[in-house]
Amino acid sequence: MADPVLELSHLDKAFGALKATDDVSLTLMPGEIHALIGPNGAGKTTLMGQISGRLPPDSGTIRFRGQDITRLSVAQRARMGLGRSFQISSLIPEYSARRNVMLALQARQGHAYRFVMPVRHDRRLTEPAIEILTRVGLEGRASVPSAELSHGERRLLEIAVALALRPACFLLDEPMAGMGTEGVGRLVTFLKDLKQEAPILLVEHDMDAVFRLADRITVLVYGRVIASGNVDEVRNDPEVRRAYLGDEVSA
Amino acid sequence: MRELRREHMLNALLAAALFAVPLWAYLVDEPFLITLATRVAILAMAGVGLNLALGLGGMVSFGHAVYFGLGGYCAGVLAHHAFNATPVLMGLDGTNQMLVIWLVAMALSGLLAAMIGALSLRTSGIFFIMITLAFAQMFFYFALSWPAYGGEDGLPIYVRNVFPGLNTMRPWNMFVIAFVMLMLVLALFAMIRASRFGAALMAIRQNADRVAAVGISPFGVKLAGFVISGMITGLAGAMMADLTRFVSPSMMAWQMSGELIVIIILGGTGRLFGPVVGAAILVGFEVIFGGLTEHWKFWLGLVLLSVVLFARGGFIGLLAGKERHG
Ligand SMILES: Nc1ncnc2c1ncn2[C@@H]1O[C@H](COP(=O)(O)OP(=O)(O)O)[C@@H](O)[C@H]1O
Ligand SMILES: [Mg+2]
Repeated sequence: MADPVLELSHLDKAFGALKATDDVSLTLMPGEIHALIGPNGAGKTTLMGQISGRLPPDSGTIRFRGQDITRLSVAQRARMGLGRSFQISSLIPEYSARRNVMLALQARQGHAYRFVMPVRHDRRLTEPAIEILTRVGLEGRASVPSAELSHGERRLLEIAVALALRPACFLLDEPMAGMGTEGVGRLVTFLKDLKQEAPILLVEHDMDAVFRLADRITVLVYGRVIASGNVDEVRNDPEVRRAYLGDEVSA
Repeated sequence: MRELRREHMLNALLAAALFAVPLWAYLVDEPFLITLATRVAILAMAGVGLNLALGLGGMVSFGHAVYFGLGGYCAGVLAHHAFNATPVLMGLDGTNQMLVIWLVAMALSGLLAAMIGALSLRTSGIFFIMITLAFAQMFFYFALSWPAYGGEDGLPIYVRNVFPGLNTMRPWNMFVIAFVMLMLVLALFAMIRASRFGAALMAIRQNADRVAAVGISPFGVKLAGFVISGMITGLAGAMMADLTRFVSPSMMAWQMSGELIVIIILGGTGRLFGPVVGAAILVGFEVIFGGLTEHWKFWLGLVLLSVVLFARGGFIGLLAGKERHG
């Protein structure tokens, strides 16, 4: 079996008395979509935060591409190939969609300290940026400041920015939240393709989408992993049904 | 696009006005007016420095007077030793060459900005404001209590420092030097703002988490911006000391830091020519109302308040519209 791209072992994170992450271990294998589900407040975003480097875990380790990254900064991890989207869209509000993607491209090219050449007409940035926006269907909105995009468009731009990093793994936190059914359908097709490029750790509330996409599912409740396996295993797990899925599945 | 062109035209107009007024004064022999315009140009330059940190990078430094004052003392101290033919320290001679003084002022200001920035840029918001203020006050009191260079009385520059090929004692010549330097600094600002570095710096002001998430460390970019900012303001300080032929701790006082912030807000935060307009308004107020009432700063404060409340883009924003990054 191949080595995991991402490997969490025994992560713990507490906010005061609240255990937001409680002894979580999981892996992300090449080519897979690993869905992380659980009720609100289960600790999914907190876990993503520890993987991306925004939150330091209290204990445990995170290995990425065979390297221990537990102590690296957000920017260092991003440069190693962790591409994330935020649950609440987090873009550069005054920058157009194109310039948001260009910023990610410039970061990947490793040139934050170039003082002379103007970016606006730098074709090493503008051309790939338009290509990526076209992939997610935002090319018509390239010049619109991200603050003026619709909610759904911002979700897509989040993904475009992650794409621009050409990451070795995607961390997507509820990419479909607030998208209409049509948007969700298109995104499902898109993510199915995307996993060929790099595996995806996907936090998502839309169970339909999760069941259609996920190769594996891990269920988090109160910060703990209560079940992990393929779609059928998790669907039929009695504890999961009781704690989380409830009637939704039997219906 | 139209707004962009409107701002370009406005900028050209402002530059022309800043040159035309003292030119007219030169022709009709009104040296006072020339010196006022020189003051505007130099203050604007100090403002451009702060605008890089505050306007582009969102670093609200309430201590930029420390670089202004340090630049001033570079001019004063080096000239003092050149005049008295004594070494500054350990065999290092003073100088009355402006170009050398400018380089020293920029180097030392950059160094100081690197130190202060390294210690303060991990904080943000009100903490950053207070820390930068505290550092500046530290140096202010140091200058105040250090007797070797005049302490609170300040240090006069008896003969203005020299510039190759120009008699700097002539007001018009001094103006031309200040004007050309201001234009160069503005060009540098425009270049940085348009560059990859500028793109990262302005993005950090808006959303540092996002910038980190694409792999650019905000701290390093901010620190580099802060250092360049301090260097420009230090350069302006050296020129101001030469203009007034005097340097004193008041150049480092918190009021001076405040004035630099006021200049930027009045003109338009982050806008290329914002500091030029802001400096002109400040000096204009001082001259027009300073003669009438001691409370001219109160009236300036009212103008500032209305800008903050009703014209958030400052004067440039009012005339050229909102800034678009494209
Ligand atoms: N910075 C924080 N400080 C204190 N508590 C937090 C913080 N972030 C999250 N929490 C708490 O941790 C728990 C998990 O939150 P979160 O990871 O956002 O859940 P999810 O993404 O699964 O909905 C919640 O109870 C939340 O209130
Ligand atoms: Mg969440």
